[in-house]
Amino acid sequence: MSDMTQTGPVLAADGTPLKRSLARALRMQKMRALALIAPLLLFVLLTFILPIADMLFRSVENSIVTDTLPRTTVAVQAYDADSGEAPSEAMFDALAYDLVVAAERKEHTRVGSRLNYENAGISSIFRKAGRSMDDMGEIYLDQFVDLDKAWKEPETFVALFADPDWAAEAGGDDESRFAYSDTAAEVLPGATDAYAAWARTIQDQDGDSPTKEKPWAPIYMALYKDLVQNPDAPAAFGGDTAALLSAAVTAIQAPEWQTMSTREAFAEIDKDWLDPEVWRTIKTYSGKYTNGYFLNAADFQKGPNGPELRPELERIYGTLFLRTMIMSMAITVSCIVLGYPVAWILANLPSRTANVLMILVLLPFWTSLLVRTSAWKVMLQQQGVINDVLVWLGIVADDARLVMINNQFGTIVAMTHILLPFMILPMYSVMQTINPSYLRAAKSLGATNWTAFWRVYFPQSVPGIGAGSILVFILAIGYYITPELVGGTKGVFISNRIAFHISQSLNWGLAAALGTILLVVVLLLYWAYDKIVGIDNVKLG
Amino acid sequence: MALTPVENQTPAFTAGVSACAGGFFGLFVGTAQGSGLLGLLIGAALLGGLGFVLTSMTAQAKVIRLVLLVAFAVAGLVMGGLPAMVVGALFGGFAGWFIFWLATSQYRATLAPYLTPGQVLWHYTFRVICGAIFVFLITPILVVMPLSFNAENFFTFTPAMLQFDPDGYSLKHYRDFFTNADWQQALWNSLSIAPMATILSVGFGTLAAIGLSQPHVPFRRAIMAILISPMIVPLIISAAGMYFFYSRIGLQGTYFGVVLAHAALGIPFVIITVTATLVGFDRSLTRAAANMGAGPVTTFFRVQMPLILPGVISGGLFAFITSFDEVVVVLFVGSAGQKTLPWQMFTGLREQISPTILAVATILVVISICLLTTVEMLRRRSERLRGMSPT
Repeated sequence: MSDMTQTGPVLAADGTPLKRSLARALRMQKMRALALIAPLLLFVLLTFILPIADMLFRSVENSIVTDTLPRTTVAVQAYDADSGEAPSEAMFDALAYDLVVAAERKEHTRVGSRLNYENAGISSIFRKAGRSMDDMGEIYLDQFVDLDKAWKEPETFVALFADPDWAAEAGGDDESRFAYSDTAAEVLPGATDAYAAWARTIQDQDGDSPTKEKPWAPIYMALYKDLVQNPDAPAAFGGDTAALLSAAVTAIQAPEWQTMSTREAFAEIDKDWLDPEVWRTIKTYSGKYTNGYFLNAADFQKGPNGPELRPELERIYGTLFLRTMIMSMAITVSCIVLGYPVAWILANLPSRTANVLMILVLLPFWTSLLVRTSAWKVMLQQQGVINDVLVWLGIVADDARLVMINNQFGTIVAMTHILLPFMILPMYSVMQTINPSYLRAAKSLGATNWTAFWRVYFPQSVPGIGAGSILVFILAIGYYITPELVGGTKGVFISNRIAFHISQSLNWGLAAALGTILLVVVLLLYWAYDKIVGIDNVKLG
Repeated sequence: MALTPVENQTPAFTAGVSACAGGFFGLFVGTAQGSGLLGLLIGAALLGGLGFVLTSMTAQAKVIRLVLLVAFAVAGLVMGGLPAMVVGALFGGFAGWFIFWLATSQYRATLAPYLTPGQVLWHYTFRVICGAIFVFLITPILVVMPLSFNAENFFTFTPAMLQFDPDGYSLKHYRDFFTNADWQQALWNSLSIAPMATILSVGFGTLAAIGLSQPHVPFRRAIMAILISPMIVPLIISAAGMYFFYSRIGLQGTYFGVVLAHAALGIPFVIITVTATLVGFDRSLTRAAANMGAGPVTTFFRVQMPLILPGVISGGLFAFITSFDEVVVVLFVGSAGQKTLPWQMFTGLREQISPTILAVATILVVISICLLTTVEMLRRRSERLRGMSPT
């Protein structure tokens, strides 16, 4: 009996302490379970959770403005829209350099329509400006070329701006991305930036080489402005380039050199470019992230003094959310009213009869959603079955047929029918567990039918009502197909608006913001459902 | 065995209740013919009189019921042709059954003896209400089926159909479905997407369900919440997210993208049904198998799989029908090349509504009935296998 007297930890068969051995076995078990779950979890994360996270990100993302107008968004930070004046020449220069690149990449209309969501009318001035960008600064191009024919040659510019290493290899079939020389960037910063942007754009867009293409007019404008700023620039270069630049500096300082104002040029394209509101919008949306979509989704707009509520007539989303809520509530209540008696009778009939009747509940549940929606469309139409029966019975006159479709009534009837099984099934499974002898006991103690039901049976069936209601409400609030087909204009939900923004107005950010708000509501309800019912207890049939 | 001893009712009672029923039906027939009040009076008088007379003739119940049925059918035929004959026969059959049901107190036999007349009345009223709700549940499906045989391009019953004229019926909408290239392409797309999505979700889902039903799973609740979420998140949000994300990675508008999206949507159903089957699974069976020298793989395929197979198959059927019925996600994630049957129906309903949709709907209802029957049989078999319900 030496085992009995042994002191110290209890050992497993292989000599390790039993505690550790057990812990290891448990860990193994956990790992095995996780290994079985992992593939699916990964699959769901990749195909479902990640797309939704991406959508959430889209509702705040605003990089299109900074990406397309990098110089303008930096320059505009110094601008004070409350001054009531149009911005300075420098900001218009920045805009010109950005827009000429954007127009070449055909992105100016996209940024225009992005800003148009916030300030109607911007889209058209961007489109107009994009068309006339090629001529911006042409006056300088002509004067430079008149000064020396070399200013027409691509090689002049490569020698001036390009990194010598890059220039040595350029011109071939697989040209590397344009690199500028540090000297040029230092003494002629604006022109180098403009030239590099141009060179990279033609490389990306058309596969052309900067060594073979003539530069755009705005580069000449940038060069002119840099030379005015820094007349000593030629000293930094050598050879022909220095001579060309020196000649240019001399010419620029001469009185007959003609100049132009970018600001005036933009004003000529459209006088709205001088409108401070346009620039306020650009400044407001110059960040990488924005709450603008959410403000829009909540019927707010950005005013001079921070967010403010839109005028009453423009508040569509609040109305739509409210309508979605109220109609989902109405659908839930009608499901409770219709589902409760059915669940009760299913739970109280002998199981053979109940099983047969159960099929009547499950059949609609298994029938395609579109079949049921089309059935309701057929039934509720003005020339449909219900109206025909009513007319035949003489209850409704032939010329005064009821309008039951393409309105809220149609949506509520069709969706109540579609979601009713989701109410009946949880109610039924709760009612099955209620012992009928409680009801008999209450009656034998003198309760009337009603008291026995209301005080004894009903409280026990509340969990079923709760489970069914949350489920029906969650499903109803996000419904799309049925409202789209039978809802007309008055009976549509927020989902239909989201779909509209994705596929028709293409305002994806707003669609994402509306979707995020809807998702938050649904997840709150889901969380409540988990707390009250438990996800494990969801039953299907 | 009757719960309550019953005896025949007095003629006055039978006559009164029958008159109410007669008045109710008479009201409808009367309204349709032009005068509701007249119909009500005639119906009430007819059934009331019949009830009064027949109460004393309960011995010949069967013969009298047959006579009533034939009499009403003939009366209907004389008055309004074939459809009226059917209505008359139905009405006569109902009247005969109803009068004798009342007269012999059959209605009381199955109820507790101490119920007051008011409670009995409520009992039957309640059943009528429930019946009406069941009719509400099933009517749309029942209406679609006969309408799909309509010879005209109407969405309502034509006079020819109501007169049971063979010319009022035709199979032309079915013919259209089977010959129209659009519908055939849509059917083919549905049939090539749904099985792939089902295989994916059943494969991953079954493994995960087995993992989730192990005794010690860390973060079980959170994992479950994530895996069930595709069922809870509104479809339009899933569709929007997938549309944005899949276009970023080049899956938007491809067959593979739609299959992945549908597989994700089907997973919750597989998880729910398979975990439900595993709830009653006896772990000692796998231990016994291991004890006798079977490896984990053999144990799984020879012991565990046969027992949970019914759950896996019904989960698979759920996943299949989810993909087969799905329209919102495919609308966004798919392109014209992936147009499925529900998508085609959706555009059909929204733009040029053609009765071919009803033919398709009928076919889909028949498919759902088959699937439902299979799932119900599997569920019962599974419960029997696991000893949860008597055989």
